[in-house]
Amino acid sequence: MDITDFYDTFFEEADELLAEMESHLLELDVDNPDQERLNAIFRAAHSIKGGAGTFGFEALQRTTHMLENLLDYTRRGELALRRDIVDTFLEAKDMLNDQLEAYRQGGEPDPEALERICETLRRLALEEIGEEADVETAPTTTSKAPEPKAAPVASASGGRFEVALLEVEDKDRDLLIEELGQLGDIETRDGDAERYRVILSSSLSADDIEAVMCFIAEPEQLEIKALDVAPAEPAHAAQPAAAEAASATATASPEPGEAKAGGDRPPAPAEKAPAKTAKGGESTSIRVPVTKVDQIINLVGELIITQSMLNQVAEDSETLDDGALVNGLNLLQRTARDLQEAVMSVRMVPMDYVFSRFPRLVRDLAGKLGKDVELVTEGKSTELDKGLTERIIDPLTHLVRNSLDHGIETPERREAAGKPRTGKLTLSAQHQGGNILIEVIDDGAGLNREKLLAKARSNGLPVSDSMSDDEVWQLIFAPGFSTAEEVSDVSGRGVGMDVVKRNIQAMGGHVEILSQPGQGTTTRIVLPLTLAILDGMSVRVGTETFILPVSAVVESLQPAAGDLYAMAGDDTLLKVREDYLPVVAVHQAMDVAGAIDEPTRAIAVIVQGEGRRYALLVDELVGQQQVVVKNLETNYRKVPGVSAATILGDGRVALILDVADLHRLSQSKKENRIFGNRSQPLQKEVEPS
Amino acid sequence: MSNATALEHTVAAEAGSQEFLVFSLGDEEYAIDILKVQEIRGYDNVTRIANAPEFIKGVANLRGVIVPIVDLRIKFRLAKADYDDQTVVIVVNIADRVVGIVVDRVSDVMTLTAEQRKPAPEFGVNLPLDYIHGLGNLDERMLVLVDIEKLLTSEEMALVEEASE
Repeated sequence: MDITDFYDTFFEEADELLAEMESHLLELDVDNPDQERLNAIFRAAHSIKGGAGTFGFEALQRTTHMLENLLDYTRRGELALRRDIVDTFLEAKDMLNDQLEAYRQGGEPDPEALERICETLRRLALEEIGEEADVETAPTTTSKAPEPKAAPVASASGGRFEVALLEVEDKDRDLLIEELGQLGDIETRDGDAERYRVILSSSLSADDIEAVMCFIAEPEQLEIKALDVAPAEPAHAAQPAAAEAASATATASPEPGEAKAGGDRPPAPAEKAPAKTAKGGESTSIRVPVTKVDQIINLVGELIITQSMLNQVAEDSETLDDGALVNGLNLLQRTARDLQEAVMSVRMVPMDYVFSRFPRLVRDLAGKLGKDVELVTEGKSTELDKGLTERIIDPLTHLVRNSLDHGIETPERREAAGKPRTGKLTLSAQHQGGNILIEVIDDGAGLNREKLLAKARSNGLPVSDSMSDDEVWQLIFAPGFSTAEEVSDVSGRGVGMDVVKRNIQAMGGHVEILSQPGQGTTTRIVLPLTLAILDGMSVRVGTETFILPVSAVVESLQPAAGDLYAMAGDDTLLKVREDYLPVVAVHQAMDVAGAIDEPTRAIAVIVQGEGRRYALLVDELVGQQQVVVKNLETNYRKVPGVSAATILGDGRVALILDVADLHRLSQSKKENRIFGNRSQPLQKEVEPS
Repeated sequence: MSNATALEHTVAAEAGSQEFLVFSLGDEEYAIDILKVQEIRGYDNVTRIANAPEFIKGVANLRGVIVPIVDLRIKFRLAKADYDDQTVVIVVNIADRVVGIVVDRVSDVMTLTAEQRKPAPEFGVNLPLDYIHGLGNLDERMLVLVDIEKLLTSEEMALVEEASE
């Protein structure tokens, strides 16, 4: 076993700690900081430092060390928080992220960046505390210092002290100890004439103790050092903050040789402490690679299929009157479903995982744009497939940026419009059926219909003034579309909304926009809860069964002869209410023999994919069911018009149709027929040599 | 390829003999390296795939794994390709993929010594020399030793997505 085997664990833990640190920093009330929060921030930095030390990540250790020292002062109330200080902490946290990433890639962090952040922290420490934050240069408190008042320990009042008496004569020593006994409780005392140590807990400060002692001994003979309060006696802590320190540096039990090491936080226990602090909240969970979970999900899917096969066999066979068998099968069915649900829930993570990255983004962006924005998040505990949460972050970031940049107005403009100066941005998530609904709501100016139309015209998009609002809002998803008056580095380049839409469609979802002028804009993302299971509609074409994603199906109907129009000889259009939709016959696109050729006898399923709506001709709708999605590319390759496969109740494989791709396939097939085979030949035309 | 397989190859090569699974396509006898074979099963429940070459019969469910099924009889342009109770699918493991190949019959597992293996002469366009290890000589029988991995991963089989795509 190599130490590098633990790197990944450390990186993951450090990631989580940094995220935690950030969220605490962001929620910190500068004027009245919550002590618990300050402690949590400190602990996070401390744990990372410990790990970094263990693994020899020097830059990381150095940065966290300086940050930790500063944080220590804030949590002890010796460094008053200000917004710019919090900013510096956040900046340092970002730097830690960068460093971590560099180490993860097997490299070393940028030394310049390291120097920069160290310099920033050092300056902050010098300005605010009047002390160097760096351990190398930190003054070592009272050790042999003729003027102990200069040491930081002098300012600490109360707590535990280690008092060392150096070459004090026996009788003086007894006197001194007697004095000390009057100043506080003597916990331990040992040593010899050369160096006699007394551990004292007292409510007085080190200064006071020294002042008393100086009546008997010379200052050179004394060494007074503040210690952290032992965990056993938090009651003696004059400062509540100090109690917290105990858990992090509990191992700081004094050793004779350490007396000279100084009063700075002893770095030695750092290696042991993180194990304690980091594991504290995790004892009830385990870290498992996603691939393992996926494997279990796959196997459970098989179990379900086998179980429904068994059911079918039992139904068909004559043993149906065997009550025990039927009961057993029913029980198996129930347990298998429960098991599937339980396993699927393992993949689910709360949306908080996504939302937690936005407070920082909103804070930074609002600051940059000179806007006041309050971020509200709702439905943080709503759960979503882990694979999807990772893919939703980018589109959501884009929408939030857009809302901040284009949606929410400047405080002045808001005031002029009679709105509160502070804009409100809401991120919400909720379940709706088998979908999750994620909304980005701003109370900004709303979309401007005229501007959008004008912009669309200048971009050469086909628009008319009679378009409905919904259609106009959809325009912003067109490639290269931006109505921002000027391009900022936040947004406005017009690349993005189309990418957002594409990404969301790739996840099997769609985007809607609701907007009221002056009231704000709501962008709604509807996503399936998971990619591993799909709500499918099974359709029959000839003797074959295909699955259509229910999310793509709009409606289905039996076409009347009068609603069918031939176009350009080969194409057919179907009139559905006011729309003429192109018709794609599945049996033609997928080369199925024996299917119904006459459209009026077939069923037209109106589907929507990539914004295109068309009618799919199938023979029959069989039913709706949840299917386990299986990748075709694992052992085979991408098949045109097909997104994946699934296994039906009878053990057969059914192909899941890709609605958008099917349309393209049908088009290219027609083109091939008309213009010959010139563009990308279909596989059929690949002649075996 | 796992080390174990490579090792067994070496061992077999040292002994000068190698084990083959013998199957027939029509009247012809072929053999493939037994180490590539995962299992043998019947031919049923194959879902056709549209717009694929004719010799790709479709995909089948192999205990939850979707496996493409290739009919070598069609690929080798044999006169007949019937599907009956005798029709067998040999499931092979090649290049980290699982593929089923349809053959008429599986007859034997044979050990061929080095002397029994002859280099293949250049013949037919249906099975270029590249995909053949050699010929096996067993008394009156001639076995075509197919390099199944090379054959199935070849571009013309259209089983594996080309790197450019």
